[in-house]
Amino acid sequence: MRAPLLRLEGLTKAYPGVVANDDVSFDIGEGQMHALLGENGAGKSTLVKMIYGLVKPDKGQMTLRGQPFAPSQPSQARRSGVAMVFQHFSLFDALDVAENVALGMENPPPLRDLARRIRDVSEEYGLPLDPARLVGELSAGERQRVEIVRCLLQDPKLLIMDEPTSVLTPQEVDILFLTLRKLSAEGTAILYISHKLEEIRALCDEATILRGGQKVATCDPREKSARELAELMVGQVLTPPERADKPKGDVVLQVDNLSLASNNPFGTSLKNISFTLRKGEVLGIAGVAGNGQDELLLMLSGELLAPSAQVRLKGAPVGHLGPNGRRALGLVAAPEERLGHAAAPDMSLTENALLSAARRKMLTKHGFIDWRKTERFADDIIGRFDVRTPGPHVLARALSGGNLQKFVIGREIELDPDVIIVNQPTWGVDAAAAATIRQALLDLAAKGAGVLVISQDLDELLEISDRFAALNEGRLSDTRPAKGLTVEDIGLMMGGAGDMHVAHKASA
Amino acid sequence: MILGSINPAVLFAALMVAATPILLAAIGELVVEKAGVLNLGVEGMMIIGAVTGFIIAVNSGSPFLGFIGAALGGMVLSLLFALLTQALMTNQVASGLALTLFGLGLSALIGQKYVGITPPRTPKLDLGPLSDIPFLGRAVFSHDIMVYLTIALVGGVWWFLKYSRAGMILRAVGENHDAAHALGYHVKRVRVFAIMFGGACAGLGGAYLSLIRVPQWTEGMTVGAGWIALALVVFASWRPWRAMAGAYLFGGVVVLQLNLQAAGVRIPVEYLSMSPYLITIAVLVIISSGKARGSLNAPGSLNRPFHASS
Repeated sequence: MRAPLLRLEGLTKAYPGVVANDDVSFDIGEGQMHALLGENGAGKSTLVKMIYGLVKPDKGQMTLRGQPFAPSQPSQARRSGVAMVFQHFSLFDALDVAENVALGMENPPPLRDLARRIRDVSEEYGLPLDPARLVGELSAGERQRVEIVRCLLQDPKLLIMDEPTSVLTPQEVDILFLTLRKLSAEGTAILYISHKLEEIRALCDEATILRGGQKVATCDPREKSARELAELMVGQVLTPPERADKPKGDVVLQVDNLSLASNNPFGTSLKNISFTLRKGEVLGIAGVAGNGQDELLLMLSGELLAPSAQVRLKGAPVGHLGPNGRRALGLVAAPEERLGHAAAPDMSLTENALLSAARRKMLTKHGFIDWRKTERFADDIIGRFDVRTPGPHVLARALSGGNLQKFVIGREIELDPDVIIVNQPTWGVDAAAAATIRQALLDLAAKGAGVLVISQDLDELLEISDRFAALNEGRLSDTRPAKGLTVEDIGLMMGGAGDMHVAHKASA
Repeated sequence: MILGSINPAVLFAALMVAATPILLAAIGELVVEKAGVLNLGVEGMMIIGAVTGFIIAVNSGSPFLGFIGAALGGMVLSLLFALLTQALMTNQVASGLALTLFGLGLSALIGQKYVGITPPRTPKLDLGPLSDIPFLGRAVFSHDIMVYLTIALVGGVWWFLKYSRAGMILRAVGENHDAAHALGYHVKRVRVFAIMFGGACAGLGGAYLSLIRVPQWTEGMTVGAGWIALALVVFASWRPWRAMAGAYLFGGVVVLQLNLQAAGVRIPVEYLSMSPYLITIAVLVIISSGKARGSLNAPGSLNRPFHASS
């Protein structure tokens, strides 16, 4: 047993109405890779914020190498040798790499020396970086390198990594793991936060599992199966979604060689997109964030208009139709951003139900809203999708992310669409709710709808898709049957190896 | 020959004087916006600076005390804005507009007894032989100290933002306040200091109008200079030297059209009066639309309120 580096004893932190951490105690050894596992809302973030000095615990204490440790702000934690790589990167787009690194250091050297040290460290750990580039131009993987290098330059004793792989391709994940193993071998302890169980089993030698703010277990993740860990995390037995293997029907949605400029200056334009979607089929589209997913959803939902014949719904050209026109013909969509895109934050659930369902559910009569009917419809969604809320009068912004997601996806499913497009359907949603949503999508497909799922969660896509494609820099790879695909295949598709197929076709 | 009656050296000298108040206000607002705050109260802070500077200069007999008072006056008013937007989390646009209206009203009230008085003269800075250089001596080296201090201030702000650590932190706060907070920087503290700096600069700009440019106190005497300063910051893509170029361009066209009016050109006066605004904006729009990034240079967190979520 290695000597403990950081010991947490009885840490408790309560916010109005919720206890984020309740009497959490565990040790992190010197050079240990320690996983912190838990669902969204289990209290992982609050716990690391206390270690990093962003939040003060109400009760309990921490000791670092035997010394009392109570950082009142991040700079103090950094001086004590605690560094953190954030989930939502703490980077500044308009500043260059060296400046970004300097901002995260206590006493940065002059920028020229710093640039040299950045090069040295990035080479030593196999994380190539150009100090003079603007961070806004970097890919997600490169941005993460900036964060890691920023931490490494301070010789941390403990490196906290908050969901580091959620934005990386499988190949980038491998590089990250090599770096982390090297660091651990050199004596740096790593606190690794994730809900991806296979990763943790591959990487970590100890895991602490949080549920509802309390520690449920500390164990060796290599000795447990992913399933056992998941059940510890969720506190209930999970059933994988069921699917009926039925022959697929006619083509319901067809996109032909469509190129479309993004409406966002930092966005990705779509290039030569072609695919078909059949009745009863689930088509999964993978890709690292920012490769055109948002644009694809906007183009399919009708928020971005396309030449009419290049998007066909049940054979009819719909490219020129806006969202309402397409909804009337049976195509519905649920975008990634729940608050502000899928739902209006300051309107009630009833009102939000009305916004997309007015036509298909005939909730208006002679231009007037039938509130009774609308409220009943909202109630139906709440009941069927187990949305935890006091009632349909509650404002959308008052719901937790997972509950609101169940509501907005449920709202579209209840419209009995012929085609449904969803982007990141289970992003930030706890495992039980995610299972409900996936099952509902599969049920819809079983009833004969075409389902198109855009997601960055590969496990999810492999679980529910019949066919599979990946987006890379606005190009869509060829679609392939999901059965038999390995994570490596998908990684290559996401990295753009699919381009070769496109080139073949173009030359043929 | 109409233009023959205009002496280019005198014209350039007048241009520098005309540009200075706007440039002062603009460089202050540039720092404020780089920190991620949009303060539309520039006009109000300018006129408060104009009136406090005027009153103090008249009563003390010293224009320099007047300028110091003006900077403090602008700063005090900007603190009201800081209190509203940073502590009470009010909307920045609405608060800034209110600040302008409040400043205009308050300055009219406290300046009532000072209308028609002449302030003490601000001496020209004695630059010795430099002032005797032909043309340049008259055009560039025959001004009061504030003109040169303003240019130095532009250089200082440029250096501060580009090379100093504090300037880097300020840009970081304006670019992404959540990230800056996560790294442990005090977003609100940085912003309050930036707002105070902006207020002091606007106050100085106002006092330059009432003590040197006009020099007199009249109600509402800033006549939109604060708004021009705001527009300059945006069209200069938040770059200090470009803001200076814009201010000098504006000043140049103001002076030129005044000269043309005096020379009796047969263009309606209204068109001449609006020309500085139109030409400045047109030129700066063309400059900033040239490169795609020019218009995207806006601080990422500009005008977004910051709530520290635990």
